[in-house]
Amino acid sequence: MSDLSQARTFDEFMEGIWRQNPVFVMVLGMCPTLAVTVSAVNAVSMGLATMFVLVCSCGLVSLMRNIVPKEVRIATYIVIIATFVTVVDYVIQAVSLAVYDALGAFIQLIVVNCIILGRAEAHASKHPPLVAMVNALGMSLGFVIGLLALGAVREVLGAGTLFGFSLFGADFQPWVVMVLPPGGFIVLGAWLLLFSALKRRQEARLAAQGGGHGA
Amino acid sequence: MANVVYSLLPVCAFFVYQYGLSAAASILVVTASCLLAERFFVRTGTQAGSLSDYSATITGLLLALTLPPGFPLWMGAVAGVAAIALGKALFGGIGFNVFNPALVGRAFVQAAFPAAIATYTPSFLPNRFSEFIPSTLAWPLMAPADTAAWLKAMQYDALASASPLARWKFEGFVTPAWDLITSLAGHMAVGPSPLLILVCGAYLALRRFMDWRIPVAVLGSAGLSALVIYAAFGTKYPDPFFMLFSGGMVLGAVYMATDMATSPVTPRGMWLYGALIGVLTVVIRYYSGLPEGVMYAILIGNAATPLIERITQPTPFGKGLSIRARRSASYTMHPDYISREEAAAKTPTKRFLKNKPKKK
Repeated sequence: MSDLSQARTFDEFMEGIWRQNPVFVMVLGMCPTLAVTVSAVNAVSMGLATMFVLVCSCGLVSLMRNIVPKEVRIATYIVIIATFVTVVDYVIQAVSLAVYDALGAFIQLIVVNCIILGRAEAHASKHPPLVAMVNALGMSLGFVIGLLALGAVREVLGAGTLFGFSLFGADFQPWVVMVLPPGGFIVLGAWLLLFSALKRRQEARLAAQGGGHGA
Repeated sequence: MANVVYSLLPVCAFFVYQYGLSAAASILVVTASCLLAERFFVRTGTQAGSLSDYSATITGLLLALTLPPGFPLWMGAVAGVAAIALGKALFGGIGFNVFNPALVGRAFVQAAFPAAIATYTPSFLPNRFSEFIPSTLAWPLMAPADTAAWLKAMQYDALASASPLARWKFEGFVTPAWDLITSLAGHMAVGPSPLLILVCGAYLALRRFMDWRIPVAVLGSAGLSALVIYAAFGTKYPDPFFMLFSGGMVLGAVYMATDMATSPVTPRGMWLYGALIGVLTVVIRYYSGLPEGVMYAILIGNAATPLIERITQPTPFGKGLSIRARRSASYTMHPDYISREEAAAKTPTKRFLKNKPKKK
């Protein structure tokens, strides 16, 4: 039995990273995805902040899932999420003022991030705390990966650096469009295209394999 | 569409005559990158089209003609790929693009490399056939060499390398219209001669490869609105001829605005579309921070095309004036095109058929 539950836990964890990736598959949380991914550092710090809020609030929501009346559940989720967002807000301000200034209003806007509310409603309110938190961890890791994928491309092309380290030397010609909003849309579109192409290819291979077995 | 390519060849030849090796290299590289991108998307995607329909060649040539001659080659390649990928393949290939691909490519590099795209060099430099403009040969991803310093070493002042539109916008100097029409005066940063473009366009219009209404409407409305503004506040604004023959006005009106996939098909719609582009160009040139406005005007016109087509549907012969024709699609579809609804539709099973098909 422990093997089975371990496999299930792992499945819950991997769900958010690949099959239900919040950025590339569910296309949720586009506001921070497009706005703060100008550099890889911003993207990762935004992802980590979201991760903390997501994991903690999913755990708490899951603990309270049998106490809260159905009618006020959304309001309860918002209060729980807002509490953790306030914590993250102050912590980032205390740790690094530069990152806080770069992320701006988007730290407070984690409150209304669809990923968090969606996970609380769709998953955490129906599962025990540990499962909910493992699932939330996977989801937020998927979110970090998505943000990092966008932020890395935009930083490399837009500034010639990655995590602040210069890649091409002083002579690099920055692509101004990449640090502007259109660059966010173009890079996101390119990643979505790549992921859907990979998915389609995988499905075609699986179908071909299945057909082979059937015959 | 091979005829469009043939009609563009004299224009390209004149461009090379004006700017020498750099212009030739730019045309070759931009066109090659467009063709490679087209090849890639036609091969991997599910879209129609092939290299032999010449549409990617036209996109590449037009894109190269809108770029400055000393534009770094790697940026030109980026522009070509962006033109085909963002402007065409994204919408489903040939015939489905909403915006003119060449202008999408140009808009992309305008946003990505604003400094390089505003750097012009004087035409008819004496050594243009023996050496490249140094910015042409920049390493990929690296910043181009300083063109101003190179020109200074050759005893040209910075004024010579500003395009006529930029000179008017930022210094108030109006280049004489005849110099602009022929583009034969040296030491002036201009594109290919508007006169030559008009002649090549007339060939296309006479052979009915292009509708004459759109260029006439674009140039007419731009000239008229410039004339009105000139008559009202004469000292502040240049004469209408400067408006018509400077920058990319003629090239845009003749070759870009007439792109079949992105312009209206109804005759009245063509007039409306051309007039919109002409007026927008004048407004952008006179009242915005940009010196040139043809590109954005045409892109806005492209975006308005479905709306223009809807409001200018002709009344079929025999119908009253009050009855508008209802058509589900106002543009021609690719013959192989099947809409999503059609692909998913099932033939309804009729239970009480008079002539039942016999089961075998």
